[in-house]
Amino acid sequence: MTQYSRPPRPEEPGPQHPGRRRFLGYVLAAPTLVAAAQIGGTALAPQTARAAGLPTLPQPSELYDLNDLLTDAALPTSGLITVTVNADGTASFALPRAEVGQGITTSSAMLIAEELDLPLDKITVTLADARPELLFNQLTGGSNTTISTYTPIRVAASVARGRLLRAASQVLGDAVDTLTVEAGVITGSGGRSVGYGELAVRAAGAGVEPVAVTLKPASRFTVIGTPQGRIDARDIVTGRKQFAMDLAVPDALPTMVCRPPTINGTVKAVANTAAVAAMPGVTDVAVVSTGVAVRARTFGQCVDAVRALEVTWGPGTEDGRSDADVLKELRAAEIPLLVPAVPLLAKTIDADFTFWFASNSALEPNCAVADVRSGSAEVWAGLKSPIVAQEAIAAELGLPVASVTVHVTQSGGSFGRKLFPDAAVEAAVVSRAMGKPVKLMWHRTDEFRQGRTHPMSTARVRATVLLGQVLTYEQRHTSVSTDFSHGLGEIITALAAKLPVGDLTFSETVFELTQQSPYDFGVTTQLLNEVDTGFNTGSMRNIYSPNVRTAQELVVDRIGEALGKDPYQVRDAFLKDDRTRAVLEKVALDGSWGRAMEPGTAQGIAIHTEYHGAVAVLTEIDCRPATTGRQITDACTGPRVTKVVCAVDVGLAVNPTGLRAQMMGGIMDGIAMALTSSLHLTDGYFQEGSWDDYFYTRQWNTPPELDITVMPPTTGVPGGAGEFGVAAAMASAACAYTRATGSMPTAFPVNHDGPLGFTPLPTVPPIPQSPTDGLDHVS
Amino acid sequence: MPTHSFILNGERVSVDIEDDVRLLWVLRDVLGVTGPKYGCGLRVCMACTSHLNGKAFNPCSVPVSALGESDEVTTIEGLAATSGQDLHPMQEAWIDTDVAQCGYCQPGQIMTAVAKVEQARAEGRSLTDADFDEIRNICRCGTYHRIREAIAAGAAKM
Repeated sequence: MTQYSRPPRPEEPGPQHPGRRRFLGYVLAAPTLVAAAQIGGTALAPQTARAAGLPTLPQPSELYDLNDLLTDAALPTSGLITVTVNADGTASFALPRAEVGQGITTSSAMLIAEELDLPLDKITVTLADARPELLFNQLTGGSNTTISTYTPIRVAASVARGRLLRAASQVLGDAVDTLTVEAGVITGSGGRSVGYGELAVRAAGAGVEPVAVTLKPASRFTVIGTPQGRIDARDIVTGRKQFAMDLAVPDALPTMVCRPPTINGTVKAVANTAAVAAMPGVTDVAVVSTGVAVRARTFGQCVDAVRALEVTWGPGTEDGRSDADVLKELRAAEIPLLVPAVPLLAKTIDADFTFWFASNSALEPNCAVADVRSGSAEVWAGLKSPIVAQEAIAAELGLPVASVTVHVTQSGGSFGRKLFPDAAVEAAVVSRAMGKPVKLMWHRTDEFRQGRTHPMSTARVRATVLLGQVLTYEQRHTSVSTDFSHGLGEIITALAAKLPVGDLTFSETVFELTQQSPYDFGVTTQLLNEVDTGFNTGSMRNIYSPNVRTAQELVVDRIGEALGKDPYQVRDAFLKDDRTRAVLEKVALDGSWGRAMEPGTAQGIAIHTEYHGAVAVLTEIDCRPATTGRQITDACTGPRVTKVVCAVDVGLAVNPTGLRAQMMGGIMDGIAMALTSSLHLTDGYFQEGSWDDYFYTRQWNTPPELDITVMPPTTGVPGGAGEFGVAAAMASAACAYTRATGSMPTAFPVNHDGPLGFTPLPTVPPIPQSPTDGLDHVS
Repeated sequence: MPTHSFILNGERVSVDIEDDVRLLWVLRDVLGVTGPKYGCGLRVCMACTSHLNGKAFNPCSVPVSALGESDEVTTIEGLAATSGQDLHPMQEAWIDTDVAQCGYCQPGQIMTAVAKVEQARAEGRSLTDADFDEIRNICRCGTYHRIREAIAAGAAKM
């Protein structure tokens, strides 16, 4: 069977591609061997459709999705990715992406280890500074890193290996084809050997020289596809891994900003600047566009200063507004559903969902170090779009782009938050205003109240069924506007002519390129409309998909009811794609789908297709009073997901351990989005101000049983992983909750409309003081 | 400016700083010990969890003046030395289980885990799911399940 799944990429030998393709790499002039490559690849064409149910015409994202957009954008502009072989026998690589916990430094090192025949622990992967010549190819997003770098990293490593062999041939006096390589040591026919380190200088290039290489076939992989621990694991567990706020940049003292009491409020006047500047430890006070910045010897003294500031605030962009006002605005903007002409006897299934605001804040808050001098600026931050940061800082400071140096540090999580250089730009502005280096960090409370959000949205769904078939499926997603100004917009503009989605806005384009209905549900339309740009928004892990998918999967269960099929059967009957069916069957089997459960507990099952892959999640939930009534101090307990079984097919998992980790994280996110985590907008500000208010999954919400299967390679090329687990996990938890309680929720997370589970912190002063009773809580 | 003295990772330190500055900032901003992380400053996220005289505590909520001269503060940087090995068994378990993703919360998670095991041991029992449910440390990457596995493995070797 099948259908819409992608054909193997041309670089891999497959049935359609009997020959192995050669790639072009380069040797560059350098003291030791430096090998380089550009991204290669070709555009893809869809295959002919074939389906079990009523065929659904392909949606745009099935023909050309967000990852194709990101990969194609990188084609002509990637500049060169370089692998350096050092005289000590190690290899190093500066990855033009952000490591935010997704494990791409490890997987990139694995690609080099594979092609270079060098042990993983001899490979150092750092994060490249902003490289403006890379244009669109330094954006970390859309789970695209491995998809777009899989080939060029290997090509560069392969070029390096070839050069080392040639140099070894000269040293050993043996023909290249008689040499063997193992773990960075090349051995000749007579048994003499020479290490990469001894060859690094001899193999160096004198000028730019193109080299054609053939990559190692999958059948000879010894590293790719094997489980590997993170290359920075030891640094992490010993506290040595450095994040932006751990850097010792000379004279960059702690800096915080006193922020407004309502979203995007502005400073009108400060009554006590001199008094605050004289407080212990405080060195500077400066008004900037986002608030009043203070710089001090310690962050603790910054907190004291922020709290002491007497500021008169101007209005914000959403003053006086609450959840219900925004919901009303969304309802008014919903694009009508149009039931096409269907027979009179057809049954119509309607559903309507609200998804409240959520926070994409990482544990590491927005932060950056900036040192702005006359005529130059240097910035250090965790940045997924460092070129955008560099350009924004240059524009803000009135400097040429080349005078702004942007270093990408390791990030303490992202979840979409680090797509935007908010802290980096703010740090640069404050450093200029104070004339001194600053180490700027947002307070946790600001993160929730002034930080970017996953926008509130609604979903309306209508399906019609008749005689065992689904005739139509319509979905309308209406959302507070999502900010894509971190660089995706430029990419879309640049490639607009080749997109299959016509003349749409950036948001509509992203929506159309990511959302697909994996079911043969007849005439299918999924549309987006967006309103209200007064909020600080951004993509949260998996962008629209968790909400869109949850709405669809809940309706799929209802379609099943109408057709007399259980949730597994209805999916099995209507799925378009065999890879998706395979993961569905895997979780049904491993999770004992359909087993007898106690009243108040139930299973749910859901799937998701995106990023050139397929995932299924089976969830068991306990909604019995003894569980929902668990009492834990300052906690949201509620229903407990007791078991999750997940199966994922990404085509080829470069590092199954890393992929499993990404799925586990996505599952924790999905559980939170379905059951507990949201922001409450009241009177122009978000009520949440701490992790005990914003109920992201905690240990007491964690499923005690968790089973994640990485499917064997299918397409032979890696798909995306970082965001992939969220949508199916959220949908699966929602479906299980519905079956356990016998009632389908109309808003998510399900606890949002209940009594507020915490006492909101004050808005003036904007941040709370740290407790002093820590010694009473020693355990 | 008052001087405060205590033992940090086995060595005596003295710091000139105002009494009310929380220990987290004395460690990070004054002494350059950056293993304990800031995640909230409210004794909620537990990213700064370290040990005071062998028990878990949160430096973000302890004024430096509350420490006495004989108090021993151990951060993640000093944990291995308390076991007399290159790595503490709990750190080994964290590597073996490949717990970390971004790693930001993990120093605090490990310090919590070690104290949790010691506490249960002092009570003459081993850890259960109920003990894991009580751990408050946030991991926004969602590594919670691997944390449970690693604590069980680390406890077995402690």
